[in-house]
Amino acid sequence: MSDAVGLLWHQYRLERRLFWRNPSAAFFNLGLPLLFLVFFGVIFKGDQKQLNVLVPGIAGMSVMSGTFVALGHNMVTLREQGVLKRMRGTPLPPGIYLGGLALNAVTNTAIQLAFVLVAGNLLFGVEGVQDFPQLILYLVLGVACFASLGVAFSHVVPNSESAPAYINAVFLPVIFISGVFYDADDAPSFIRDVAEVLPLIHLIDGLSAALVKGSEIAGNAGDVVVLGVWTLIGVFLAVRGFSWEARRT
Amino acid sequence: MTSDPAIDVRDLRKSYGAVDAVRGLSFTVGRGEVYGLLGPNGAGKTTTVEILEGYRSRSGGTVSVLGYDPARRPRKLRERVGIVLQQTGIYRNIRVREALVHFARFYPRPRDPDEVIGLVGLEGKQDALARTLSGGQLRRLDLALALIGDPELVFLDEPTTGFDPAARRAAWDTVRSLRALGKTILLTTHYLDEAQALADRVAIVKAGTILAEGAPRDLGVGAEARVRISYRNADGEQVEHVTDDPTRLLHELTAEALARGERLEDIEVTRPTLEEVYLELTADVEHESV
Repeated sequence: MSDAVGLLWHQYRLERRLFWRNPSAAFFNLGLPLLFLVFFGVIFKGDQKQLNVLVPGIAGMSVMSGTFVALGHNMVTLREQGVLKRMRGTPLPPGIYLGGLALNAVTNTAIQLAFVLVAGNLLFGVEGVQDFPQLILYLVLGVACFASLGVAFSHVVPNSESAPAYINAVFLPVIFISGVFYDADDAPSFIRDVAEVLPLIHLIDGLSAALVKGSEIAGNAGDVVVLGVWTLIGVFLAVRGFSWEARRT
Repeated sequence: MTSDPAIDVRDLRKSYGAVDAVRGLSFTVGRGEVYGLLGPNGAGKTTTVEILEGYRSRSGGTVSVLGYDPARRPRKLRERVGIVLQQTGIYRNIRVREALVHFARFYPRPRDPDEVIGLVGLEGKQDALARTLSGGQLRRLDLALALIGDPELVFLDEPTTGFDPAARRAAWDTVRSLRALGKTILLTTHYLDEAQALADRVAIVKAGTILAEGAPRDLGVGAEARVRISYRNADGEQVEHVTDDPTRLLHELTAEALARGERLEDIEVTRPTLEEVYLELTADVEHESV
């Protein structure tokens, strides 16, 4: 067991070093949510109601970009480059290897969230964490949900050149309809209906409760259920379609 | 234990849908032996090796690698095996020595990274990023990563494809030094000279079956092997006979020539080279399958 933890740490450390070795990608990955927050925050400056919507919205987007987008892209690239296949030929247990990749993504998500929450508090007067256990609950659920969906989605991306197009074709519409930049309640009902089926709006609801409203978790049971169901779907599809090798053309 | 073969394959079969990639292969590789699977592209060499490496399931037959069934992917087996895949990648931004130090941690008794760097000839490239290496240097890094765990058995799937002649010679020297260390090596290649230069025994594979097997030197003198006798007759014409009984034929030819008072100019008795055996065998199958 301690060997497994040691190996996981060993793999995680490598992933972190390699992440920082590509500074432009690292900057983009970590800085994008903060950039969005600052742009929209400046636009909404003075309208605290909007800012209170924006900060949990961008926090939710950070979770999705740090896990779904990053892992989806990562898996496609590593599979295509043959790194996954090479790792599979070593004694490193596959679960530990994938765990290292996931922890790396989680770390980036945490850094993004920290930026967003601190900036939201200092620049835009969003008070900060109202309900810490609820925040942790939603973050854990959100990360598990979008990480598994990212791995699952990587199975349908044909190659690394088309990965940004495929991933953004999901990511961008989802963040636009899920109330990242505006209160989802203000959206037309058909958009709202679509968004309600998808997980991001529920993550943002939960984060809003934890960060702004401080409302009881019992009132948000529906959000937890939807996120949980998507997590199960994501894990099932991630495991079922998993391939260590690129499809042969 | 050590008298058990390193690899034992019996009636191995693999189908992809309706396509039979491997059709009843059997062979045994002894400990410390260098065994070559030689054949054209698409012969089923890589499929066979990837079944032995645990990457693919098999459709039939039995396989034992160091006493384990690779399909179960036991970690104990992966600790004792080094794999050089035909095509594989490495993190673009990892450094050579960093990669070796990292991979060394996966094995119970790894070799010293610097020693392995020397063995594959990557001295001076320790701190180079993988993406800055040439194709040949990347291939040497592949080999280094396969050797870092000090494996008993090394799989080399077309290790020198795309190498320039000097790099091939260097790679051959590395394989020979592995052999000298007592490693068992399973090598696939479509280069005849490579099989001839490196392998203790060679199996010629075509369309998923073994057509001939033996030491490269002996492959010509098995049951189907024939000897070629050539000379110029009295009219100066080149005459060539192929026989599986050279003693008798030579006796007859020389007796007739002596009786006519002629000489057999430029007489040569040659065994077919591996290349001739290979071309003949692989061509025959193509002929039959048409």
